This record gives sequence, C-alpha cells and structure tokens, in this order.
Amino acid sequence: MSRPTEGNEDEVELAEEVISGNGEIDEVMEEVEEGYTSSTPTSTLTWISWFCSLPGHEYFSEVAEDFIEDDFNLTGLNTMVPFWKEAMEMVLDVEPDEDSSRIPDVSIVEASAELLYGLVHQRYILTRAGLQSMVEKYESAAFGICPRVYCVGCNVVPCGRSDLPGIDTVKLYCPNCNDIYAPPSSRFQGVDGAFFGTTFAHLFFQTYRELAPAPFYKLSLSADSSLSPGRSPLSDSGNSTSRPSPFVNPNPHGGQKRPEGRVYSPRVYGFKVSEQAKSGPRMQWLRLRPQSPDELDLVDWRGRWIDDEYDDVDEVDEEDRRMEDFDPVGDLF
Amino acid sequence: MLGRTVEDVSSGSDSDYSNSWISWFLSSKGNEYFCEVDEDYILDRFNLTGLNNEVSNYGQALDLITDNLDDDIQDELRGALDVQARLLYGLIHARWIVTARGLAKMLEKYKRVEFGRCPRVLCQSQPLLPVGLSDIPYEKSVKLYCGRCEDVYSPKSSRHGSIDGAYFGTSFPHLFFMVYPNLIPPKVGPIEIPPTRPHESEVNKRNRRTREEPENPENVTEPGSTAAAALKADRYRPRIYGFQVHEIAKLQRWQEAVRDRQVSRLEALEDLS
Repeated sequence: MSRPTEGNEDEVELAEEVISGNGEIDEVMEEVEEGYTSSTPTSTLTWISWFCSLPGHEYFSEVAEDFIEDDFNLTGLNTMVPFWKEAMEMVLDVEPDEDSSRIPDVSIVEASAELLYGLVHQRYILTRAGLQSMVEKYESAAFGICPRVYCVGCNVVPCGRSDLPGIDTVKLYCPNCNDIYAPPSSRFQGVDGAFFGTTFAHLFFQTYRELAPAPFYKLSLSADSSLSPGRSPLSDSGNSTSRPSPFVNPNPHGGQKRPEGRVYSPRVYGFKVSEQAKSGPRMQWLRLRPQSPDELDLVDWRGRWIDDEYDDVDEVDEEDRRMEDFDPVGDLF
Repeated sequence: MLGRTVEDVSSGSDSDYSNSWISWFLSSKGNEYFCEVDEDYILDRFNLTGLNNEVSNYGQALDLITDNLDDDIQDELRGALDVQARLLYGLIHARWIVTARGLAKMLEKYKRVEFGRCPRVLCQSQPLLPVGLSDIPYEKSVKLYCGRCEDVYSPKSSRHGSIDGAYFGTSFPHLFFMVYPNLIPPKVGPIEIPPTRPHESEVNKRNRRTREEPENPENVTEPGSTAAAALKADRYRPRIYGFQVHEIAKLQRWQEAVRDRQVSRLEALEDLS
C-alpha cells in the first residue's frame, strides 16, 4: 500500500534503510504485514493508522495515543492480552527492549497488539473524543446502510454482541429498526465484535439524539413534508398575512429524526395475506411504531395493556384498523 | 455494450450460447435469481395475454427468446431486441413462477440458497426468496423476502440490485409459502429446509383453488399451528453497560403487546374452529 513504487529507486533504498535502522521490530512487522496486504508502513505511518487502513478495518477509528498511554484507561486489560508489554510497544511504535528474544513468534505479538488495540478501541469510542470521531464516520456512511428496504438507507453503526473478545464478529445496528445485521462484505468476518462492544451503538444514539429516529410514526406524509418548506415563508412574512398562522410544532419528533415507519405487508395478487392464514403475517409487530408517543404509555412495564377493557370482538376491530393504518406500502410501492 | 456482454459470455460458455437464448440468459452474470421457464409455457399464447402491450417488437422479441429469429438480422437491431427480449422474458418469468411447475423450480433454487441469506443476525442465515414491490416494470428493483422475520431486504450485490422487481412479482414468496406450508420457517432455531415429497406440490396445487385444506391431512399435521409462532421469535435488545435503553425498551414492550394481542386473537379463532 505505502510501499514505494519500483520506479523510484532512491525512495526504495531510503525505506530499506529506515527498516534496517529501526531494528528488529520493524523487520518483524514487515513479515507479519506480508500476511495482510504485503505493505510496509513508512516511517511516518503509525501502527495505529496502518492498522485502521487495512481492508476490513474500515469501521475502526484511530484511538488517540495519549488515551492508550494513560494507564487508567487500560485497567484490567493486561490480564486479557498476552505479551502485554510487547503489544503495547507495537501499538505505540516504541522501540523494543533488548530482551525481545523471549517472544516465541512474532505473529503472536501481532495478534496481541490487535487484541489490545481492539479492546482499547471498545473503551475509546465511548469517550467524548471517540464518539466524535465515530459520528464523523457515521455521517459519511462509513459503516454502510441498513439492508432493510423500509429503513430507506438509514445509516448503521458497528455493534458487538459481546464485550468479551472471541465470541462473535462485528455486526451493524440500525437505529431505525433497532435490529442488528451481518455486514454485507465477508472482509468484516475477521473483525471481533468486542472491539466495538455492546454499549457503543446505543450510547452513540443517546449522545446524538438528532440522529436517532423517534419511536413513533405518523402516517400523514403530506403534513410532515409540507411542514419544513411551509414553515419558513410563514415566519418570514408573518406580518403580511392577516389571519393567524396555525401553530405548527417545529419539533414534532422531540429532537429526534423522523423515522421511516413503513412496515412490509405481504400481498398475493394485490390482496393482503390474511393473518388468519397459516402463512399469514406474524412478525409485523417487530417493525411497528405507534402513531403517537402517548400510545406507548398504554402498555405497562410488564408489557401488558393498561386499559384492557375491550372484549375480544372489539379487539379484532381495533387491531384491524391499526394494521390498515400502518399499511401504506401498497399505495406507495 | 450488449454485444460485448454477449461475446464475454459466449467465449466462456460457447455451448450454452449456441444452445438457446434462455440458457444463455440464465447463465449470464447477474441473472442468478431467474429460473428456466419451460418452453411450452412460453409457446402457449394464453400465458402471454397482454404482454404484447408491454413489450415493443413483441413478435421478434418472442422469436429471439424461443430461438426462432432469423440469423440475418442486423446487429444494432439485435441489441435493441435483446433489451426487449429480457423484458419479455422477465414478465413471462413473473407469471411462470406462480404456477405449480414454476414454484417447484424456484423451490429447488431456494433449497440451494441461490437467493442469499437474511442479513438479520437473529434470523440465523435464513434463505431468502426474491420479491417485487411492484408488478409493473421499471418501477422498483428486486428485493429479497425472509420467511422468518417476514421483512424485505435489498440484495447485497449491485448486479442483483438492478434487476427489475416486476420480473418476480409481488405475490411470489407469499404464494410459495401458501403452497408449501411445511416450508414456513420456524421463528427460532437453526435453519432447516424440510424435504418435500415430489407429489406434495401437485396435491397442494390442486387443492389450492378449492381451499379445503382440512381435508388434506398432510397440511394439517405437518406445519401445525402458526398462531403463537411469533412468541418464540428472537429479537435484539439494545443495552448500555448491560442495561436496556429506556426509550427502545418501551417501544419494544409496546410492540410485544401488539404481538400478544395478535396471538390471543389468532388463538381465539383457532379455538372456535
């Protein structure tokens, strides 16, 4: 990657000098890197930026070195990472001590360095600086988009299923459907989910509330779409119109993003598949949002309807109507 | 460009190309979702009713598909005709895969997982089925339907993302699970595609119109009731330092209450019958 081209002999020589000058660890690194991408870091490229530029490591953000140098941030990690000292030296590009002969195999240190960096990364992206660096990646869609059609290309964030390494690979969390997906490319199958952790994705959307879709969804597309263009002329020329302008909530989703709330409804020859069919829809609840935040309060903390006054017949009517309201799919697609 | 793709493919698989237009079409890259439409289905004009209004140069496009086109046709016209032939084949395909034989062919592809697997982690790589969001061509590209989470996803690869959804139609996956109810995926556990007896599809097909499923003992015993299936479905619960996120947890409780209501509704219906 960063290896100089053959045409430029001077640079090649220079680079070789740098490598031999740096001593053992650099030679060692070259061997290891051969396995990755056959690229050699130049003297200006730090191990961290090299690591983050590897294919499959696109989700990583670069951890600030002073974060790693602060021992407090590493509490407990030394018991999880073998060859701690050597791994730290590698990550921080520190000259190794003379007694590096006790390393049996360099690839082990490389693996340790990766583990160390990953676990530090899990902690770093929960800090203010880390969240900031991740939001920049998020807004440039560096983590990709949700594969679900009705999330309409909502950006996703990386997410682990465990905070302990070696359990599962990295997944992608979509804030619109609150679900996790496998990354589309197989090159992410080598990335441990623990390097992002279980907390990050959700702390991220708690921190950047405006990026999180609201938990309710009103069907009235026209009302909402006319809101933003309609509001500015009103406020500009508010005096010229004699009748008072109707109050429009400028913040209809409580500081959150307007969700993509449509739910897929199966159809055969244009007719909805009845839920009474054996193959009828059973999973629409998974993606459903209430029309207003008040509806969320109709369910108590145990998950039961508070106002369960309807008998069965009423319930059917109520539910049928609800599903009907949430099914704009046929008309729009 | 079309000429080039034709050359590319024909150089790789000369025999396929010389065999027939359909096998050339099926073997070209990006067309993996399509299955082969039986020639006698295409030759039966009844099955093509109305398509002559959708496809320009309908007659020649049909000749091209069925390999009856004169060889001395000009290259430019051939290129334009190829586009029309693809459209025509796609529209016939949408009709074909909802017939008994077409469904059986798609079943084979489904069993070989040729449509990919569900990207949703908790669906545990459930095989997918292609679905259109519109039956009218040039509106929406093909999507993939997961029988486990009952949702639709975009294909991973852009060469599949550019296929017209109308070539598969909106009905196909739902009809598929109606005809093969024992293939309705369970909501939990590892994926397994139960074997279908060869005659079963025929039996189901004949019974489909009469809708007297209770008379067919196979249908009743094998798939069982799906009324409470959703209760078992696994879902992801966002957590911060191990604690659930209040707002999302509240939404999920509401969603599960909606689910429970549907389940009790369906169970009440089952008790009645």
